[in-house]
Amino acid sequence: MRVHAKRAVALAAGLLSPAVVVADWTMNMTPGVTGTSNQIFSLHMTILWICVAIGVVVFGVMFWSIFAHRKSQGAKPANFHENTVVEILWTIIPFAILVAMAIPATATLVEMYDTTESEVDIKITGYQWRWQYEFINEDFGYFSSLSTPRDQIENRQAKGENYLLEVDNPLVIPVGKKVRFLLTANDVIHSWWVPEFGVKKDAIPGFINETWTRVDEPGIYRGQCTELCGKDHGFMPVVVEAVPEEEYNAWVAEKKEAAERERELTQKDWTMAELMERGEKAYQTACAACHQADGSGAPPAFPALKGSKIALEDMAAHIDIVVNGKAGTAMQAFGNQLSEVDLAAVITYERNAWGNNTGEMVTPKEIFDYKNQQ
Amino acid sequence: MAVTGVFMSAVADTHAQDHHHGPAKGFSRWLLTTNHKDIGTMYLIFSFAMFLLGGTMAMVIRAELFQPGLQIVQPEFFNQMTTMHGLIMVFGAVMPAFVGLANWMLPLMIGAPDMALPRMNNWSFWLLPCAFLILVSTLFMEGGAPNFGWTFYAPLSTTYGPPSTTFFIFAVHIMGISSIMGAINVIATILNLRAPGMTLMKMPLFVWTWLITAFLLIAVMPVLAGVVTMMLMDINFGTSFFDASGGGDPVLFQHVFWFFGHPEVYIMILPAFGAVSHIIPAFSRKPLFGYASMVYAVGAIALLSFVVWAHHMFTVGIPIVGQLFFMYATMLIAVPTGVKVFNWVATMFRGSLTFEAPMLFAVAFVILFTIGGFSGLMLAIAPADFQYHDTYFVVAHFHYVLVPGAIFGIFASAYFWLPKWTGHMYDETLAKTHFWLSFIGMNLAFFPMHFLGLAGMPRRIPDYALQFADFNMVSSVGAFMFGATQLLFLLIVVKCIKGGKEAPAKPWDGAEGLEWTVPSPAPYHTFATPPEVK
Repeated sequence: MRVHAKRAVALAAGLLSPAVVVADWTMNMTPGVTGTSNQIFSLHMTILWICVAIGVVVFGVMFWSIFAHRKSQGAKPANFHENTVVEILWTIIPFAILVAMAIPATATLVEMYDTTESEVDIKITGYQWRWQYEFINEDFGYFSSLSTPRDQIENRQAKGENYLLEVDNPLVIPVGKKVRFLLTANDVIHSWWVPEFGVKKDAIPGFINETWTRVDEPGIYRGQCTELCGKDHGFMPVVVEAVPEEEYNAWVAEKKEAAERERELTQKDWTMAELMERGEKAYQTACAACHQADGSGAPPAFPALKGSKIALEDMAAHIDIVVNGKAGTAMQAFGNQLSEVDLAAVITYERNAWGNNTGEMVTPKEIFDYKNQQ
Repeated sequence: MAVTGVFMSAVADTHAQDHHHGPAKGFSRWLLTTNHKDIGTMYLIFSFAMFLLGGTMAMVIRAELFQPGLQIVQPEFFNQMTTMHGLIMVFGAVMPAFVGLANWMLPLMIGAPDMALPRMNNWSFWLLPCAFLILVSTLFMEGGAPNFGWTFYAPLSTTYGPPSTTFFIFAVHIMGISSIMGAINVIATILNLRAPGMTLMKMPLFVWTWLITAFLLIAVMPVLAGVVTMMLMDINFGTSFFDASGGGDPVLFQHVFWFFGHPEVYIMILPAFGAVSHIIPAFSRKPLFGYASMVYAVGAIALLSFVVWAHHMFTVGIPIVGQLFFMYATMLIAVPTGVKVFNWVATMFRGSLTFEAPMLFAVAFVILFTIGGFSGLMLAIAPADFQYHDTYFVVAHFHYVLVPGAIFGIFASAYFWLPKWTGHMYDETLAKTHFWLSFIGMNLAFFPMHFLGLAGMPRRIPDYALQFADFNMVSSVGAFMFGATQLLFLLIVVKCIKGGKEAPAKPWDGAEGLEWTVPSPAPYHTFATPPEVK
């Protein structure tokens, strides 16, 4: 299979060399950087060439008829029809080709389904519209959201090289290790795809799917959500950084420490200005997609917060809807998505931004106590 | 009393028609008609109107995708456009067009005076404009039209759907009733009203493919009705069919939907298979190579279509045994489909070919549908599907099957039978222009989508990364070309209705079948006494 794959790659590279020069005209699937993706690529090229071969024969006969058997060329129609031998042949030959094709496909599939003996386990949760990565054995996790500025999307600024394929916090994995992904979703179905790994799996709310990869080459790999998940489906990229093991270990240690520091922040005494500053940032990543940066929302699905009852009146109700969400609507429960600090900051921000001048603030400690009472 | 009055006059009309009077005058002719030709005409006009409406939405989609960045519409509206485009094209354009062809041609082809259930025929047509009025009106509702894709996966369409979802469900129910009644009518007509001597294995292939299509419709439209009813319950009555937190399963939705959805794909293509199987022999002046094997192939495709649905769901995490079963079953479909393509080519081989518009569309149908079949075979390979799934490769695939498949099949049929319907020959030069512009536009629009998908562009996104920019621009140019060209078809048909060279009873020298034994245009009533088939 490996040799086959390499040959196919060489063949494809030869055929596609013009496409390589002008990268924008990429025409073929990537062979990728994993064993799985290479096997898939090899299957893809094999079946493609089988189709091309059948096409050449069938269309060849057809074009021959079109050119040689035209009435204007004086062609007289033959009157033959039905020939058992021919009909049996053109049933059996395709069948045999299919069987030949099914064998390597089955082998690859069996391998893709083997998620045992993983060395790193990562839980991936799809949210509208970002990904959460939790390193379940290391006790930390974080969100990964699109980092392309709105100005680029709205054509007010030149688009960057990785337009729509860049995130604030990429997923980091070690090279040369079998990494198992456990996929689920918080709201609707999403699908996590990195073409260069040959990994695509749906993230389904209430269920956990498994898949795996082993990347041997360090690098940054980009993909996207591939299941329609609402308005910003096109704006939730996947970015994975594969790094050497030492680098990975250092990164994990740093992340764990940062998670610890974050927990300590809850105990700190926060001022209004500090909360507002942090709240604005948290609002941009967690809330602005629906409620808009200026709090105007997109009614009726996403109500405005600017001048709204929730943000101006009863504080307890405001905390409740942010922490617990609102059943039957797109409003998610952010209690487990954001830290106490960010929850407090966002709520404070919403109550004091865009002319919502309540002057009220809620501290991380109060949020912590509120969550514990539940 | 007034209602009874209308009813009585309808009955009186039917009686009058029995005595070979012409059609009634004015609007009531169309509202109350039970004549298969009138109803067929209405179906065809309706489906063309829907084709233009759904096409306009496609133009909006392609305009937004012309360049990276958001220029014309916002993502919310973009999603409404993709959803409505799909729903309108599938349920409003393709399916009614085939029912229209069935209404016009089935009685003429089997030597019957009309459809077996003429009043139900009238009702099943008039339900359609009602259904689509409801569906299209959702665009103007607060919260907008359905925005969850034509496949309306839960929970995006249930918990997270817009308020108009309930109207969408109602519209689907009405369409379903219309389709089921249409299918019952087709089956009743074919099984009961064939001319003496026309045994099943002497039926024209269009009749055969429609008979099988009608059984598919009866089998799966109730399943669609079931799945939207479950949605309705989840949205409005607190059930949890598709909600894991209440013990349901979002994947259940996909299983039920695709149990309907896959046979639906064949519902949209089998009648075209039938029509093309008349057109290619006619313009090759040579009998169809293998009539019996064509019939068996259609039967095999129809049966297999019930056991392949989960190939739409290879990435949802079904167990490997299921995955393998659905992969093998799907690959098997290539065998009978191949038989059909080989048959058409063998029919052309050593014929005496001419290329009038119906033949051009039919030949393009065979070539381009085969390309769609090839990408279908590639998609069947489950491991490879992990890379293709939900990318533009899939969009390219099903548009290659549906545009040159279903829609070119419909155009081929329309040009083939227009002389019979109108009594005039259409303008051949314009029709050939229509063909070539459609052919080039369609390939320009959809072929680059293969590349986009393989390069990694997901479907249903309003904006994309820069490496996809060039092919998207090409695709949009092709789409605009294809879209604009369809107005030419309208012109050609109107021109043909108004005048043109008079058509003889049999305008194509190689054509065969009972429909060519009646004068052109076909009289309002035909085959009052059944012909004898030897």
